Amino acid sequence: MTLFIDVTLNGFVIGMIFAIVALGLVLIYRATRMINFAQGAMGMFTTFLAFSLLNRGVGYWLAFVLAILIGFLLGAIVELLLIRPLQGKPELNPVIVTIGLLIALEGLAGVIWGNSGRGFPAAFSQSGLTVGHTKVAFSHFDVFILVVVFALMLGVLVLFRATNLGLRMRAAAFAPEMARLLGVRVGRILTLGWALAGAAGALAGLLVAPTSSFNPYFMDLFLIYGFTAAVVGGLDSPIGALVGGLITGLCISFVGGYLGSSLEPLGALALLMVALMARPEGIFSRPAARRV
Amino acid sequence: MAYGAVQALSNASFEASDGAITAVLGANGAGKTTLLRTMTGLVKAKSGSVRYGDIELTGKSVEAIARAGVAHVPEGRGVIAELTVEENLRLGALWSVGRQDRQSALEEIYELFPPLTKRRRGAASTLSGGERQMLAIGRALISRPKVLLLDEPSLGLAPMVTAQLMAVLRDLTKGSSLLVVLVEQNARSALSVAQRAVVLNLGKVVVSDSADRVLADQDLRRHYLGF
Repeated sequence: MTLFIDVTLNGFVIGMIFAIVALGLVLIYRATRMINFAQGAMGMFTTFLAFSLLNRGVGYWLAFVLAILIGFLLGAIVELLLIRPLQGKPELNPVIVTIGLLIALEGLAGVIWGNSGRGFPAAFSQSGLTVGHTKVAFSHFDVFILVVVFALMLGVLVLFRATNLGLRMRAAAFAPEMARLLGVRVGRILTLGWALAGAAGALAGLLVAPTSSFNPYFMDLFLIYGFTAAVVGGLDSPIGALVGGLITGLCISFVGGYLGSSLEPLGALALLMVALMARPEGIFSRPAARRV
Repeated sequence: MAYGAVQALSNASFEASDGAITAVLGANGAGKTTLLRTMTGLVKAKSGSVRYGDIELTGKSVEAIARAGVAHVPEGRGVIAELTVEENLRLGALWSVGRQDRQSALEEIYELFPPLTKRRRGAASTLSGGERQMLAIGRALISRPKVLLLDEPSLGLAPMVTAQLMAVLRDLTKGSSLLVVLVEQNARSALSVAQRAVVLNLGKVVVSDSADRVLADQDLRRHYLGF
């Protein structure tokens, strides 16, 4: 029973992190209809920048916020410098560029900070809380992750549903040409989508880094699980990212807890296969409404 | 408004005037849609120019042309199916109507097209063809345009609905300075409301004259307009 509770709680927490990675992928997919394979690496890089700031004596929360701001800028710069010039070219071109960016960022991080694992501090204690007399696998830091991700998702929901900027973003995502005919500056909206994704990636990096070996490749697996989450939820739905993240997190946590952690990637693969067979467009996308 | 050449179009100059409907007629592939897409900047012309009054529109971005007051209702209507009816309308009003006037601007459109009123919270994808056309035109009108470009508004509509739409268009231009360019394959219904008519064939202007005279010219009608 304790195992069941621990595995469930753990599933929720890692699911939340997958949800942020998925959210980044979804924001970019909505903006430019492509998968950003560098989504994890961008978050890795900004987390290393935060690491450098911390080593220079910058306070934890200042470094945390700065990393997210840098992520925002990094996303915008990548869109403007690498993705925009490929507009109108075959759609595989920008995807391949993001793979190149992934390799470049990981290489660069290795050159600057070295490839060996380090430790990255957590915002709050990572030891399990005690409920009654039993210690559960759920820490203050995990609570922090849940709160941050819920706040982020709520923010994104309000942005998209209740603001004029969000209306422009949705119009640009679903019908770019018509949006331009209505005076929406779609180019800027695309940059903003990438910038927000960059910020989400930075946040994901900051939340993952304390829980894993902190080296230039620490986001790779999370990109794969985040991608699984995005596909399960629907590539153009932010709510789908959250639900897909939770499903993926629980699935992987249960596979890891009951069958052994070496089978976790296989669990993700199985989930991806089932999702693609049962509902290829994802839980929250309407296939009929999607323009191809 | 003067207009020049692209590949699908050559020597396609014509003028349209304020407060009037100019029908652009011709068979499939005559270049009617290309003409509108060039006017709104979606297609870049190799040569030639588009002007509204003293304002040069040639070479401007699609967004800038839209913000200059040119509203384009594309073929197939361009209603954004994923948004609600009201969101589609709000999108049209975003940059052109001040915050405090938006609600009254919305009400004006609902008054003009009453069927939209009770569907305002519904997804645009649930509308009928006629309602979609109303929404598309309403969304163009809410931006208070100086120029309204309509691409095949009658396409897929019942004759009754088409007649209603044409009546709305006639009322809109009456006593206003709105310039309407109405691209239609359905020449008969377009000519019933238009003051001027431009007949295109293979990207060239064959005739640019008053609608009455085009309607009276039997040879022209039989040759190019099919009735």
